[in-house]
Amino acid sequence: MLLIPCPFCGARDETEFVYGGDAGVERPRNPETTTDEAWTDYLCFRDNPQGMHRELWFHRDGCQRWITIERDTRTHELGAVRLSRS
Amino acid sequence: MQRYSIFSLLKGALSGHQDWEPAWRAPEPKSSYDIVIVGGGGHGLATAYYLARNHGISNIAVLERGWIGGGNTGRNTTIVRSNYLLPENQRFYEHSLKLWEGLSRDLNYNVMFSPRGVINVFHTDAQRDYWVRRHNGMRYAGIDAELLTRADLTRLVPALNLSPDLRHPIVGGVMQPRGGVARHDAVAWGYARAADALGVDIIQDCEVTGIDMQGGRVTGLQTSRGPIGAGRIGLAVAGHSSQLAQMAGIRLPIETHLLTATVSEPVKPFIDTVVSIAATHAYISQTDKGEVLIGGSLDGYNSWSQRGSPARLEDILSAASEYFPRISRLRQLRHWAGVMDMSMDGSPIIAKLPVDGLAMTGGWCYGGFKATPASGWCLAWTLANDAPHELNAPFSLERFRTGAMLNENGAGPVAAAH
Ligand SMILES: Cc1cc2nc3c(=O)[nH]c(=O)nc-3n(C[C@H](O)[C@H](O)[C@H](O)COP(=O)(O)OP(=O)(O)OC[C@H]3O[C@@H](n4cnc5c(N)ncnc54)[C@H](O)[C@@H]3O)c2cc1C
Ligand SMILES: [Zn+2]
Repeated sequence: MLLIPCPFCGARDETEFVYGGDAGVERPRNPETTTDEAWTDYLCFRDNPQGMHRELWFHRDGCQRWITIERDTRTHELGAVRLSRS
Repeated sequence: MQRYSIFSLLKGALSGHQDWEPAWRAPEPKSSYDIVIVGGGGHGLATAYYLARNHGISNIAVLERGWIGGGNTGRNTTIVRSNYLLPENQRFYEHSLKLWEGLSRDLNYNVMFSPRGVINVFHTDAQRDYWVRRHNGMRYAGIDAELLTRADLTRLVPALNLSPDLRHPIVGGVMQPRGGVARHDAVAWGYARAADALGVDIIQDCEVTGIDMQGGRVTGLQTSRGPIGAGRIGLAVAGHSSQLAQMAGIRLPIETHLLTATVSEPVKPFIDTVVSIAATHAYISQTDKGEVLIGGSLDGYNSWSQRGSPARLEDILSAASEYFPRISRLRQLRHWAGVMDMSMDGSPIIAKLPVDGLAMTGGWCYGGFKATPASGWCLAWTLANDAPHELNAPFSLERFRTGAMLNENGAGPVAAAH
């Protein structure tokens, strides 16, 4: 079980959150001028690192804010935690 | 190869079973091979076997980081079925099921394939429509499929809770009678033994750490047991697909997630099919030892920890004991998780990669055990012919760019949604 330290609510069980995936994936700013290649990269292709992963979580059952955490995908050790840009 | 039979068993008994040959050799790696397969799970071993048997190529090595069958092959809940909706999946998984049906004889090794029927139960009209459509599609494709009423369920699964007072009462079900389960370890061991007999070197305790390339073509691998040359390379590393592809500079539409399973203490037989419950996504079967084997859905976030979340375990067990109340007081013996190669459309990739001489099988999500024979069969074909067979041509890497995705659930490109 992950205990996710929400900046607002403190350490809460993973079951209160919704996982939002890799935080490094950015939606192309301008879909009309984006190439198919870049669009597919955004939609489907991932680094999927074994080690530190910067990822998004939504605190559904708490403050309802998106937060970005760093987590080691092998050990669940947590690094930096901060509010995501909206 | 020492053939197994009733006579070899009797002969073995005379010498107190002390004289059995090892089922496969433990060779030192050679300096190079025509083809090297990375990953000694069922898929890698099956690939080597079919390369040798169907294509007459036997200068092959299978490199396994740990011991063969120690990955998902040895961690899965062993359900074998071909109950898919999309024609591409139907053809591929039906080919696999047919290989399963002859596998023990083909390998001269008892993989204990037990076609005991795979049942899915549903709870709402919408779910009924979905499952009936899917099973009608199967019948249309010549695959066995049946619709079950509540009365059928009472007869086939007496232990199932059909009470109308449940939170999600069961209104009916579907079944693929030819589906079932098999013995997971035996699949790895059977393929390993048969491949070894055809000259394949199975090299355990050998981790691949790099892929050597020259002029856009693979030339060999760096391993924990030194460099090994390779004319062609096949990757069959399940949850580690992204890592191996990255060694060749390739990114994949895959995320690695955990899938949990658990077994109880053994009890007398009370369920002789596989039952999957739609409302809660838990499924249950009973092993030959009598353990109740229960699986469910993903933990839901990227992980290699191989220990499932207790929160998910609780979901799975509460769902299973709602529908099978008699298991509620059984003690759980073990709980484990495997690293799943979740693809972005829920279907696998069995294809050449954009580096010459390199191909992979991966992106198996929850369901690659049943695919083991056909996955090996198709990857062997692809490596031998440097082109996909028509069975695996749809499972390309390009489909993610062309839009020809194979999305059984119609869920978007979110790994954990499949
Ligand atoms: C809990 C659970 C339940 C499941 N239930 C079912 C089910 O009921 N039915 C079904 O069809 N499927 C099921 N699956 C999925 C199924 O187990 C897998 O899709 C399938 O076994 C994958 O086989 P494989 O040979 O590709 O992988 P694996 O058996 O994982 O083999 C890959 C091998 O590659 C090796 N490897 C990795 N990296 C390297 C490296 N760098 N160098 C050398 N070797 C390396 C690993 O050690 C491993 O042995 C389940 C999975 C889990 C975890
Ligand atoms: Zn919060």
